[in-house]
Amino acid sequence: MADKTHYDLIVLGGGPAGMTAVVYGARKQMDMLVISDDIGGQTMWSAGIENYLGFPFITGPELVQKFEEHVRQFNVPHEYTRASNLSRTGDRFSVQTHDGRTFTARAVIVATGKSPRMLGVPGEKELIGRGVTYCATCDGPVFAGHDVAIIGGGNSGLDAVVQMMKICPKVYIIERSPELRADAVVVRKAQEADNVEILTGTKVTEIIGEDFVDGIMIDSVDGGSPRRLDVKGVFIEIGLSPNTDFADGVVRLNPHGEIPVDCAARTGIPGLYAAGDVTDVPEKQIIIAAGDGAKAALGAYAYLVRLPVAEDWGQMIT
Amino acid sequence: MATQDAKQVTVYTTPTCPYCHQVKDYLKQKGVEFSEKNVAADLEARNAMVQKSGQLGVPVIEVDGQTIVGFNRAKLEELLG
Ligand SMILES: Cc1cc2nc3c(=O)[nH]c(=O)nc-3n(C[C@H](O)[C@H](O)[C@H](O)COP(=O)(O)OP(=O)(O)OC[C@H]3O[C@@H](n4cnc5c(N)ncnc54)[C@H](O)[C@@H]3O)c2cc1C
Repeated sequence: MADKTHYDLIVLGGGPAGMTAVVYGARKQMDMLVISDDIGGQTMWSAGIENYLGFPFITGPELVQKFEEHVRQFNVPHEYTRASNLSRTGDRFSVQTHDGRTFTARAVIVATGKSPRMLGVPGEKELIGRGVTYCATCDGPVFAGHDVAIIGGGNSGLDAVVQMMKICPKVYIIERSPELRADAVVVRKAQEADNVEILTGTKVTEIIGEDFVDGIMIDSVDGGSPRRLDVKGVFIEIGLSPNTDFADGVVRLNPHGEIPVDCAARTGIPGLYAAGDVTDVPEKQIIIAAGDGAKAALGAYAYLVRLPVAEDWGQMIT
Repeated sequence: MATQDAKQVTVYTTPTCPYCHQVKDYLKQKGVEFSEKNVAADLEARNAMVQKSGQLGVPVIEVDGQTIVGFNRAKLEELLG
């Protein structure tokens, strides 16, 4: 397994789309590899799923555990790393990984989903894990007893506020729009709390700190009223963006950075399929991602069966 | 195999963190014994985690004194041997 570097099919991503593609590919006995540094993708973050058929209620981690058990029985090789580049020469794809290896395949399914969007302000990257976090559910309790700022006034931001206002002396919520964008019930909870300060029409301009976060600089959206907040934690909850930076040399992305696909999960590039949240599919849901993953695997299978194997294949991939 | 080596494995967790559960399931499934420290409740453990890992995110996994931040399977497999 360690030495093999070429496959008929490479699946990028270990979320519902990628895992379903693996199940379908494995049942067709395809020669395949999965590349993903985790299993579960965003499904891990869901506290309760009530719309995946067969499970009236299940937590994200529990559903992922079931996915994992299901997939494991096929023994499909899995490299725990990430794709850093995808390229294509003739009818051959080449995937470079973050740990510096290269794998080749005749077909690829991109199922890399979405990740939390970054703010893009000075100090953010440097202080990730040192006070800057994108998973309030995970890391929130570590900041008990400290003042924190939550960036993003949508539902996930307000969920973080409600979680943190019980354990922190002071919680700031910062939102660019003139109003919070979350459901009225959680907004009211935040408004009624003594220790929550709501700052709408406000942007973050910098995250400050040497080894750990010491504070943030904020300003009104139009500028001109800078202010420093002394916080130890910065929770960024401003939505998700598709993981496609490695693929933009091969496939044209839409303005949201998603991969456009047709109803058969095809990208328009022979042998390249995409499935799930990374695509321009209108709804981002587990069952939809899973269904698309199935389509992509069956499409790749049909494509590979028809594709003549190049005679010089053995030499070409070395 | 890992159990025979009896490596000292500690997992720093919070009760709500999904990846902490995933790490614990993974270790259980591999038959690796480990101790768990809930940094949400245990301030001493929280400070130890920050000192050892130089950061504030969970999970942190410690294998014979070496720390891994996050559920990094490749690294964990390497350290467990
Ligand atoms: C908090 C929350 C709650 C949700 N609740 C629900 C719900 O109740 N019901 C529902 O149906 N949906 C829910 N969703 C949406 C659902 O989780 C997603 O639609 C679904 O997970 C998408 O699956 P996916 O496989 O397309 O992508 P993802 O789940 O995003 O998985 C992407 C995978 O690709 C991997 N990856 C990323 N970049 C690379 C790379 N460069 N190389 C290799 N691998 C890479 C990731 O590590 C991950 O394994 C929720 C989402 C969130 C965030």
